[in-house]
Amino acid sequence: MSAAFIEEPSDEELPARRMLDQDWRKVFKYGLLLALVLVFVALTNMPVNLDRRMLIEPIFSMGYLSLFWLPAVFGLVVCREPVLAGMPSYAKGSREVLAGSLVGLIGGAGLSFLTLLLDNFNLREPLVNWSPQLLELLSFQRDTAFGIAIWLPIGLVLGTFGGLTHLLSATTRRVLSWAFVSVIAFAVFETVILDLSEGFAWLGAEWLVDELYFIRGGLTMHGAAVLAAAGSLSAAFGRDRAHRAKERFQALEGTSRTRANTIGLLALAAALVILPLFLGGITNELLANVGLFVLLALGLNIVVGLAGILDLGYVAFFAIGGYTAGILTTANRGESWPDWMPQFYWGTALVVVVILAALAGLFIGAPVIRMRGDYLAIVTLGFGEIIRLLFLSDWLGGYTGAAQGVTNIPGVQVFGLATVKGTDPRAVFYLVLFFCAIAVYVSWRLERSRLGRAWMAIREDESVAEAMGINTVNAKLMAFVVGAVLASFSGAILAAKVGSVFPNSFIILVSIVILVVVIVGGMGNIAGVIVGSVVLIGILGGPRQPGLLQEFSEYKLLIYGVLLIWMMLKRPEGLVPNVRRTRELHQDEYLQDAWLRGEIDTDSEPEDDSHSNGNTGVLPA
Amino acid sequence: MSRRLLTINKLSVTFGGLHALKDLDFYIDEGEIVSVIGPNGAGKTTFFNMISGMVTPTSGDIIFKGESLLGLDPNQVTAAGIARTFQNVRLFANMTILENVMVAQHCRTKQGIWGALFQTRPFKREEQEIREHGEKVLGFFGTRLVGYRLDQPAAVLSYANRRRLEIARAMATKPTIILLDEPVAGMNPKESAALTRLIGELRSDWGFTIVMIEHDMSVVRDVSDRVVVLDHGETIAHGTYEEVSTNPDVIEAYLGRPAEESA
Ligand SMILES: Nc1ncnc2c1ncn2[C@@H]1O[C@H](COP(=O)(O)OP(=O)(O)OP(=O)(O)O)[C@@H](O)[C@H]1O
Ligand SMILES: [Mg+2]
Repeated sequence: MSAAFIEEPSDEELPARRMLDQDWRKVFKYGLLLALVLVFVALTNMPVNLDRRMLIEPIFSMGYLSLFWLPAVFGLVVCREPVLAGMPSYAKGSREVLAGSLVGLIGGAGLSFLTLLLDNFNLREPLVNWSPQLLELLSFQRDTAFGIAIWLPIGLVLGTFGGLTHLLSATTRRVLSWAFVSVIAFAVFETVILDLSEGFAWLGAEWLVDELYFIRGGLTMHGAAVLAAAGSLSAAFGRDRAHRAKERFQALEGTSRTRANTIGLLALAAALVILPLFLGGITNELLANVGLFVLLALGLNIVVGLAGILDLGYVAFFAIGGYTAGILTTANRGESWPDWMPQFYWGTALVVVVILAALAGLFIGAPVIRMRGDYLAIVTLGFGEIIRLLFLSDWLGGYTGAAQGVTNIPGVQVFGLATVKGTDPRAVFYLVLFFCAIAVYVSWRLERSRLGRAWMAIREDESVAEAMGINTVNAKLMAFVVGAVLASFSGAILAAKVGSVFPNSFIILVSIVILVVVIVGGMGNIAGVIVGSVVLIGILGGPRQPGLLQEFSEYKLLIYGVLLIWMMLKRPEGLVPNVRRTRELHQDEYLQDAWLRGEIDTDSEPEDDSHSNGNTGVLPA
Repeated sequence: MSRRLLTINKLSVTFGGLHALKDLDFYIDEGEIVSVIGPNGAGKTTFFNMISGMVTPTSGDIIFKGESLLGLDPNQVTAAGIARTFQNVRLFANMTILENVMVAQHCRTKQGIWGALFQTRPFKREEQEIREHGEKVLGFFGTRLVGYRLDQPAAVLSYANRRRLEIARAMATKPTIILLDEPVAGMNPKESAALTRLIGELRSDWGFTIVMIEHDMSVVRDVSDRVVVLDHGETIAHGTYEEVSTNPDVIEAYLGRPAEESA
């Protein structure tokens, strides 16, 4: 999608602008914005909390990273201009560097000012979040004057660095960013890598990991240096190879392409089955949590992504699944149940779960589905909360244990081979994986069916879909029911995994998080939804589940929000976009691209053409 | 004599205070092509909207094949056998051309979730049939909508081809009656002549009965058995093209100038 921004290869020398030929307003705007963002981040106390997480011992913590990346990015972005076809464009030069430096300097001044304020006033009253350590951190454990002074050069240097990146060649930029990304990635994935190295201890690579990481966390200096070197080397030499592999794959056609796809999928599936055997508890727990959300997100994706129904109360079905499975399998259910009611096996309970979830989908869906857009969203939001309150209420409390919830839920016996419960995250992961596979299959098949096409049509234009003979109410109800059943699976597994369910496990926030996962990942795309869950739930963590960056847990929602806004502005189609959805969102650009490829047809009459295959690709005169 | 398909009795539609249609009577027999003409804002599109169930009439009755259509949803009307096109082309722009005609067969097919999940034999057979019927109706327009075009989104089509695809989509619903709302609008004279021929074929080769709204008098003259003239929501004339085009009321209300010139 780039028709609007046609990057012309600039083989001719472009004129550079003079250094002082600045868009001063823009520079100051970005500078002030940067200062505000820096002060905001500092006052959320994020630097202090994240300071505990060392990235490179002993020089660089995530706390400082949370501040340092901002001036560089702002310094870069202030002079980013789309190169528009037919418009004059300029070479990057000292002007861009100066703008970056100024932006960085102004931003740094913001932090200097904050340091000054913190030293002289007690901001504890109005701003509860920051702690006294912030001042120490901002002044690098020295006196305040140092702190005030040091942020100016830091901002300046980082901003200049951002501006300088304009001048680097594409290759240099790639090499640098790869070096940076590999260091950060290895630092962030520390727990997983340590876990892996234990699982693969027989490979005898533990010494490597010991060299790489410091005992109390964080990369060692030489480890970071090696990683940076490795990252840049692979960027410099690996790119061509990756390119060629990609081209070779794209050149494949028909059956061999399908075969390549199948092999890839099988390899992935095999990895997912085998890898957990070598992983320790922490990583498996993480994977299990991600899996629970993949299951939820795939279900919601059918409702929102395929059928276009904005359901904000999706957590209701998660709750129904959890409670039903919990109540049927535990001995410790609410006191109103008759004594003779047996304790069911989880698999048997699952049948009831599916039926109840489908019915709930029908009952909640039927009144809601006729509404459109915002009304529907609001009403589903209400229903989601109503279900939770019902479980909490005195009325149903005898059956659901009210605030005490349902506890002592046993695990799942699998053919007497294993018991799936929270203490064995690997088993939980396999169970989740199994249901995720079902959900992927269901989404994949349904999208390519009569029902899937009807959903597509409804999403495009509901009244026309109806006029073309589609019973829109039925089609949408189907989506609601399928989504409900998938969510109830997730709930049932949660009950067995955690061993208890409480009304609090099913707050509105869960709905929102699942929706964010779907949007950020790529609505309407199975792979996108999975990537979304891995990135958000795996790295940042779910509403109640810690992710890889446990230190972030307090700021999870903040980051979710920022990410969501940023995605909506810059990449509304998500990380891994659905082709069709991208077309919907960027129709103008798509059409321009198609026009450039000569695919737009004109009103010329094919019969009259001498070559009558129709693909003349004539431009409109 | 052929069978009466659609009868409309004393039908009125009001929007707030505006009488879009007033005590309208209409009928069409199997195999007829009837044109509805009238100046802008006469209520022609409203007439179609009302037949297809998108607008509810305030009074009157619509009888199709002996049963009332009143109170039916648009999808039920389509299922009963009345398909339509839209004056302001309303395709599913981001669906492919083939998908546009495939989805239109929804009410003629029935495979649901089970078939799709277990890839049952009836499911596969039905998918095959949907695809084949889709390609067949697209083939009606020659090479324009088939071949490499099948998998392109409808948005890349030219205006004239979008109109053609809309007709193909209506054909795909396997209707008895097709309502065409200004099918040649925006086409050049050569294209509209070709489409006029095709409209004739819709009746002779495909057996559809056709109601057509059209401003282009040459098209109306060439294909219609009868012409109904609406003005301010009322029928002001009714008969063959020759009868209507010489009717002084029509000339005054609609043509505003001698009929020969506009032809
Ligand atoms: N949904 C609606 N709500 C209110 N008024 C409407 C609605 N639809 C149509 N009208 C009004 O009803 C009258 C008839 O409109 P209609 O679209 O049927 O005209 P038309 O004969 O199709 O005209 P044209 O030749 O321009 O297509 C117009 O005055 C129009 O403004
Ligand atoms: Mg009209």
